Amino acid sequence: MMRPSRRSRLVRRVAFRALDYALLLLLAGFFLFPIVFMIVSSFKPEKVIFDDLKTIVWAFIPRDVTTDNYLRVFERVPFWRYLFSSSFVTATTVTLGLFVNSMIAYALSRLRWRGRQFVLSVVISLIIIPLEAIAVPLLMIVNGLPWFGGATTWLDSYQVQIVPFIAEAFSIYLFYQFFIGIPKDFDEAALIDGASRFQIYLRIIVPLSRPVFATVAILQALMLWSSYLWPLMVTRSQTVRPLTIGITAFYVLDIRWGQILAFASMVTIPVLVLFIVFQRWFIRSVAASGVKG
Amino acid sequence: MRRKDRGEAATAWMMSLPAILGLGLFVVLPLVMGFYWSLTDKRLISSNPTQFVGLRNYRHLIGLRVITLQAERTETGVQRRDADGSAIFPPLRPILRSDDSFLGYRELTTVTVFDRRYVVVSRDPTFYRALWNTTKFVLVIVPFQGGLALLLALLVNQRLRFINFFRAAYFSPVVTSMAVIAIVWTFLYNPEFGLINAILNAITFGLTGQIDWLIDPQTALLAIIILSAWQAAGFQMVIFLAGLQQIPDVLYEASRIDGANLLQQFRYVTWPQLRNTTIFVVVATTILAFRLFTQVDVMTKGGPLESTVTVVYHAVDQGFRQQRIGYASAITMVFFVIVISIALTQRAFLRSEREVD
Repeated sequence: MMRPSRRSRLVRRVAFRALDYALLLLLAGFFLFPIVFMIVSSFKPEKVIFDDLKTIVWAFIPRDVTTDNYLRVFERVPFWRYLFSSSFVTATTVTLGLFVNSMIAYALSRLRWRGRQFVLSVVISLIIIPLEAIAVPLLMIVNGLPWFGGATTWLDSYQVQIVPFIAEAFSIYLFYQFFIGIPKDFDEAALIDGASRFQIYLRIIVPLSRPVFATVAILQALMLWSSYLWPLMVTRSQTVRPLTIGITAFYVLDIRWGQILAFASMVTIPVLVLFIVFQRWFIRSVAASGVKG
Repeated sequence: MRRKDRGEAATAWMMSLPAILGLGLFVVLPLVMGFYWSLTDKRLISSNPTQFVGLRNYRHLIGLRVITLQAERTETGVQRRDADGSAIFPPLRPILRSDDSFLGYRELTTVTVFDRRYVVVSRDPTFYRALWNTTKFVLVIVPFQGGLALLLALLVNQRLRFINFFRAAYFSPVVTSMAVIAIVWTFLYNPEFGLINAILNAITFGLTGQIDWLIDPQTALLAIIILSAWQAAGFQMVIFLAGLQQIPDVLYEASRIDGANLLQQFRYVTWPQLRNTTIFVVVATTILAFRLFTQVDVMTKGGPLESTVTVVYHAVDQGFRQQRIGYASAITMVFFVIVISIALTQRAFLRSEREVD
């Protein structure tokens, strides 16, 4: 058998690399074209959007740049109110969730108590229960719950979007997995110094566990920011509705694509920017969600 | 010493209490109440007291009956045929009307065998359509999206220039909100001026023509599948990538020394080493796919002709829009059983793996 000459090997390598990049680019086009088209078109007058669609290439090139669509969005719907609701619900739920879920995970992973094994196995079995499987009865339950100030229902409020999602089984599991990996020597040294169990959690475990806090925060924030089914069922008034519901109301009355794309861009761009800045953390969080067994 | 133990237990309970209360009140209680309400005629707002109805909701939901129709014959016993030459069957309606036990039944599907036609009737044909659509969705998207994600992971696992850009590009749809991006895709799917038909026609020189995507019952579910895979493939790419990076380099080196080419390396090193990751991705995608709701609610509302109605969509429609909490709870319970069975299947797979080791 003849060995291929050095030159033909080189040609093959270059050809392979070119093919490799062609495939990478083609796929990048597939995953990016809706987002690029959305952002570019949102800055065009309605008529130009439709004209440019005929040529494909122009659909991705900005021209006749205008902020009219954005201004019209602010006129037609309380965009800032939606943005506030989405941000407030996401931030509050994530923050409270980090505390609540890491505390129980600490108790489950590092303290000895009767009932520990039972609680742990219940939490793990709750991981696979999706919201969709309990949404209808949950709606019925929150409908009849009291709140401060004499309210007799949670419907159409902020707390109905926040409180039910603070405790989360999968977050607990992620914290638990991380905490059992921290050597026990730290706790014992601190105990001898007279620290309480709670102080150990606050002063030693939490600072050591920043990566898992970031992971849980990112996964939860992504989920809450894009939640749709639950706010659809429990919110009625413009004051508490999040962006995801705000835009669909927009989509039903008098369809103006330029404005819809402007609205959609305003929901997408902030998260996209956060993702680009904290890319490593996003990827790490998602990777961590997969190491289950 | 014992006092210290008791203190430790008290701290543990105190720290666990908020989460236990939350999970108990908002996950376990709805599950228990959902099961109970599925046995009643509970409504969201009603002046009548709720009544226990036993398994009636489930019978209504699942119950199927088959009606056999005999092809029509003339008085001389010759089969009557229409212009196309196919047998003529008596209409279904009078039969359903003639018998009170058929009250509320509607046609689900028919099977014709020679001179007999079997008509399957159900009191909630939408539920079976939803089950079938959801199954189709799962069967297509799991291999399609999983395969795509694996391909992406293999590509971005190479040491190449600009690879970080490509990884970010493939992942970026994951950070978009489905409810929002689904509206954008509705625009892309527009038959007349949508970008997708334009691009397809440019690539195929006009061969694809005007595809009616979301308007045609034949393609509506496919359109939703493509959008869903586009949005979620990046997520699974990262999980596959994590799996790929755990494979020891020595295995590749050894296979290279043995003269394995790229394809053989994938077949004999990568694929078997990725087994657990693949099982996880398949199960996670399957469960996620069964939850299909947002895209359908935004883009098609279950239509056209119920071709995209899903189990969760049907449950929400019944429970929230029609306010039939009891009936919707029954649908929810069926959904719950499906999800649990998939998760248990995964566990069985993983266990058999451990036993082999």
